[in-house]
Amino acid sequence: MFDNLSEKLQRVFKNLRGEGKLTAENMESALREIRVALLEADVNFKVVKQLIEGVKSKAMGEEVLTSFSPSQQVIKIVRDEMIKVLGSHASKVRFANAPPSVMFLVGLQGSGKTTSTAKLGRWLSRNGHSPLLVSVDVYRPAAREQLRVLANELRLPVYTGEADDHQPLSLAKAAKREAMQTGRDVVLVDTAGRLHIDDELMVELSELKSSLSPVEILFVADAMTGQDAVKSAEAFHQRLGITGVILTKMDGDARGGAALSIRHVTGQPLKFVGVGEKPDALEPFHPDRVASRILGMGDVLSFIEKAEEAIDKKKAEEMQRKLIENEFTLEDFRDQIRQLKKLGPLESILGMMPQVGMFKELKNVKVDEQEITRVVAIIDSMTPKERANHMIINGSRRRRIARGSGTSVQEVNQLLKQYGQARKMMKEISGGMMGKKLGKLKLPFFG
Amino acid sequence: MIQTLFGSVEPEPSLLERLKAGVEKTRAGLASRIEETLTGRKVIDAELLEELEYTLISADIGVRTSTEILDRIRQRVDRRLVHDASELRSLIGEQLLEILQGAERPLPRVSDPPAVVMVVGVNGSGKTTTIGKLAQRYRGEGHSVLLCAADTFRAAAIEQLEVWGQRAGCEVIRQKPGADPSAVLFDALQAAKARRVDYVIVDTAGRLQTKSNLMAELEKMRRTAGRVIDGAPHEVLLVLDGTTGQNGLEQARRFTETSGVTGLVLTKLDGTAKGGVVVAIMRELNLPIRYVGVGEKAEDLLPFEPESFIRSIFEA
Repeated sequence: MFDNLSEKLQRVFKNLRGEGKLTAENMESALREIRVALLEADVNFKVVKQLIEGVKSKAMGEEVLTSFSPSQQVIKIVRDEMIKVLGSHASKVRFANAPPSVMFLVGLQGSGKTTSTAKLGRWLSRNGHSPLLVSVDVYRPAAREQLRVLANELRLPVYTGEADDHQPLSLAKAAKREAMQTGRDVVLVDTAGRLHIDDELMVELSELKSSLSPVEILFVADAMTGQDAVKSAEAFHQRLGITGVILTKMDGDARGGAALSIRHVTGQPLKFVGVGEKPDALEPFHPDRVASRILGMGDVLSFIEKAEEAIDKKKAEEMQRKLIENEFTLEDFRDQIRQLKKLGPLESILGMMPQVGMFKELKNVKVDEQEITRVVAIIDSMTPKERANHMIINGSRRRRIARGSGTSVQEVNQLLKQYGQARKMMKEISGGMMGKKLGKLKLPFFG
Repeated sequence: MIQTLFGSVEPEPSLLERLKAGVEKTRAGLASRIEETLTGRKVIDAELLEELEYTLISADIGVRTSTEILDRIRQRVDRRLVHDASELRSLIGEQLLEILQGAERPLPRVSDPPAVVMVVGVNGSGKTTTIGKLAQRYRGEGHSVLLCAADTFRAAAIEQLEVWGQRAGCEVIRQKPGADPSAVLFDALQAAKARRVDYVIVDTAGRLQTKSNLMAELEKMRRTAGRVIDGAPHEVLLVLDGTTGQNGLEQARRFTETSGVTGLVLTKLDGTAKGGVVVAIMRELNLPIRYVGVGEKAEDLLPFEPESFIRSIFEA
């Protein structure tokens, strides 16, 4: 019902497949589909027009006759054009020559500034910096309290100032002083949400800017923003000269066309994306990956990066050996589940996968995180002997395991069956029979 | 002047005074943009109709709804029922009014107070602020109100609601951060019954509609409410950020599925955003807009009436 852009484009190219080459006619219908898909993804209509023009002239021009199939060709052209808008490489955070580097987070109400400030603080401290956080939002009730609580949870220093200080400028200045005295190299300033047409508050921001000279003014934008994204981004950019964008709430099903629009009108790079409520759910923005993701090629690179972070290489090699030698025990099964869990919520992992084949099916599957906990509990309730050799688990052992894990015998049976299937299948894969069988695999927890 | 989807709307006279004295931001509404497109054009051709379609899309009305509206107009043009480009303006107005009226729904009647109003939505849409304004509105009408701080997740959400409670002069039932929202709700409804208040307004944590466990939590809250008070929640308001694009439709769909949304509150319409996605929502889900938020003050939450709304724009 709610197709994403990548699915739409895939359908377009599917229709295109089998027709020998790009003609004015088949391009026309493909371009119409792309136009609709981009508009429904909330890409601004002016940006869409330009993008389509670019694709059209490229496709119709000299590049038509290549060895690509028509679909590959259009995919490549659309992707190239999108990357051209998004910027061709990942953008880094800038720091001042003389610390502290002051960074502002600005944006509309409810775009996610305070949460992003905390996440960015964590990200900076993980990357060798020592940030000091300060909220100068003296308007929204409990806004400063919110940042203080978040910072405390993350054990990040936060400047709270005097309780009766309701002057954004003096708060920010005092925080900068404090940072210098305590040797903090970054000051993150969480500003109040405001409308781009609110003159008074925009003047306040300009004043903050001129007296604190920030190296970064990051515009925080909600990924769900519609056509208006260009107007607010443009206005903030004109008034303040933003230096980058943080796109929030990308963990939902918003298609995030705003990314294209904002980049197009400001020319400033997207630096981070917010992908969840947890403080570590902030990722550097990679234009090529996002373009690929939009085109249905999946965000495989992000996935690999995450997997590398979470999975112990030695263990993985050990697992591989065991698989080949058919020694894959229930204990290994449990370890694997645990490692998978370390990658984060399964739903967000699946979101990174290309939306094709088996993964396409998985996309609509509701992942039951509790099921994972249950599986681990069942295996935990087994004796080491049982884990090493599942064949010895008879009826009475099953009853005991069920009692011990607070589950039912049926659930224990089901797990053993899934384990058996997984074992068999993995053996086949390692034996080089990858492919067709994968589609039939019924993974545990994907009910 | 208040900026809305279709241009400026005439609010209640008292408000008008205040707003006149306030900002003088003139912004191009949909009506004036349609006007712009039509100025100096007499002939209705494909190009003009396409431009009109883009005008609707630029207000976030969405491709499908915009295309549908334009298709109907095209049909009339083809049948030579429309002769002059100037007629197009009122035609679009008619089409939009039809959609807005189709979604009208009377306010639920509660014979035996308290009436329970649950407020749901994605993160940052303006739930807590809306609740603050709504509480002041009810208080202004002489009702007693109790607020329920069931957003136990976001840092300082409870404190934020308490500030609004103080402003409106109503009690806030709260527990510790991290508490079970349904437990807070249970407490609040018991308290409301004992104190015989007229309204309970329930704040919930913001959640993206794709998080199935969090959506299930809303279902549980609904059940809890129904167990304590018959027929509760009587009204479930989905707060929608006016700057939201086509994702708003999916928000409305999923929140309606899990928490039985009965009406919409469209916030942040004091910017340049039009909130046009509500037209698509009304068309597909038949959900009425109850209020629109047009500013930061408590008085800036206005009731929404389709007829007067469209009239003020298209018949002026």
